[in-house]
Amino acid sequence: MTRRETTRVRRLFNGFNPIVRGNGNGHHTDRRSPVDGIAGGAERPISSPQEGGRERPRRSTLNPSRPEQFDVIVVGAGPAGSAAALVTARAGLKVLLLERGEYPGSKNVSGAALYGSAILHDLIPNWWEQAPVERYICRRMLSFMSPETSVSLDFRSTTYAEPPYNGFSILRPKFDRWFAAQAEAAGAFLLNAAVVDDVLWDDGRVIGVRVRREAGDICANVVIACDGANSFLAKKAGLQREFHTHEMSLGVKEVIGLDEQTICERFQLTGGEGVAIEYLGAITGEVHGGGFLYTNRDSLSLGVIGQISSFVEHRQRPYELLERFKAHPSVAPLVRGGTLREYSAHIIPEAGWDMLPQLYTDGMLVAGDAAALCFVAGLYFEGINYAIQSGLAAGETAIAAHRASDFSVQTLARYTEHLRQRQVLTDFERYRHTPGFINSARLQNLYPAVIAHGAERLFRVDGRGKQKLLPIAWETLRHFELKPFQVLQDLYRAGRSFGW
Amino acid sequence: MVMTTFEEKIQTPRFKVDAIPHIVVHAEVCHTCSVRACVYVCPANLFVPLDDGGILFNYEECFECGTCYIACNEEGAIEWSYPRGGYGVTFREA
Repeated sequence: MTRRETTRVRRLFNGFNPIVRGNGNGHHTDRRSPVDGIAGGAERPISSPQEGGRERPRRSTLNPSRPEQFDVIVVGAGPAGSAAALVTARAGLKVLLLERGEYPGSKNVSGAALYGSAILHDLIPNWWEQAPVERYICRRMLSFMSPETSVSLDFRSTTYAEPPYNGFSILRPKFDRWFAAQAEAAGAFLLNAAVVDDVLWDDGRVIGVRVRREAGDICANVVIACDGANSFLAKKAGLQREFHTHEMSLGVKEVIGLDEQTICERFQLTGGEGVAIEYLGAITGEVHGGGFLYTNRDSLSLGVIGQISSFVEHRQRPYELLERFKAHPSVAPLVRGGTLREYSAHIIPEAGWDMLPQLYTDGMLVAGDAAALCFVAGLYFEGINYAIQSGLAAGETAIAAHRASDFSVQTLARYTEHLRQRQVLTDFERYRHTPGFINSARLQNLYPAVIAHGAERLFRVDGRGKQKLLPIAWETLRHFELKPFQVLQDLYRAGRSFGW
Repeated sequence: MVMTTFEEKIQTPRFKVDAIPHIVVHAEVCHTCSVRACVYVCPANLFVPLDDGGILFNYEECFECGTCYIACNEEGAIEWSYPRGGYGVTFREA
């Protein structure tokens, strides 16, 4: 960015309270990141279209005063937004990153487990050494619950305990703030406390955004909407429809303080090791969903997640479900002695492939939760990795569009190719049948109890003699009044979801 | 304490209340609504049913999650936007 441009951007920010500028850590700099450029990204600055000679048409929907012009405006400084801002700024584009919270992460809630550490490692080598991470996850558990019992799959690997690691538990207000600061360090301008109400149109093209303030119209060649699960911008741009209540889940969560030594002893962890536990079954009663528990350095993140439709149908209050979760005989001993630090809530787009919006239009791309890129598929509970990947893909698309000085829908359509190269759309397509299967009634309400009941029967010693597996399975199915054809049907669906 | 009441929970995040409500509830629709999804789903317990069939609504301690307007989609009583920049909920740990 040239000195003249920097001065103009500073002038734009003068209308804002200085505390809302930058990441709040008091350092703002145009200094380049030590790592310049990314694989496949631009290494040299790209001239702006004005210099490139392409005249933009007169804008009709704007305030009379001359609006500020950026190459890229990224709306939302979550993982997707900061990733997009980081790569585009590194490529030399003039980037504005808008965040509606007091600081990035202040409105954001996840479990939170960040898987795919290697993706960030490509972007910021050894990122975990400087980022606020809690514990590296080297143990994964999946628990099937009935009210009295639980059956768990417990996986542990030392290979996940070596750099670049497989994943980390994080706290979003801390991590997101750090990640946005990396985008700033790469040259992006971060503006906090800026809520975007709408996109600006000219001749059927998106040409900027409307920030809720005096003279809040800001223009850009490309707008990247990373404004989160409600994805208002995608809806305003006609790219996303209204959601159905079965597509969206609500998660309520608590961070519970517990001293470091107790966590290590209780969860059999050493040093920086961490565990991620997912619960299915009685934890959420009749509500379709599950529970989770992640270890942080000196706290636990735990919560319950349920389909909104299911909360409504069963007239269940989410925070009451959370209390039931903590009181379950398998969970209570894990949280005992802790103190509540923070209660929070967030929605999660869980329908996968079926609810993906149209991902681009003239002058605009959609990424992260705003594009419904949450991968919740029984064995997997991921989202931040896909947010980062989609943010990078959107950034790469914007960089290519600037090289070609063409921001039309034809050029931005390459976004889907970038998303496939980064394995985002490929994963969602491959698992397109899974969310429907996972949220089906029998799988949610019956099978966890079936598994728990069968296991209870298998291990009970009461002098009645031992049965082999098939009779136990048969007796269990009869106990739950499950028909063989239903089981076969579900086995087929399980196979289609996970097997082939 | 690990087990907490709702009142204890809602005291933990910080709320900077905007003078302008970011959610508007059209009470006339609520009078004819039998579902009352908002009352159950709101994680911040902001919707209280009244004896006269209406809904008492308070926007001040809102998580800005959007659950209420999605649950009320068919009824359409809830007009929803985000609070002004810098206002509303701030999480420090979440």
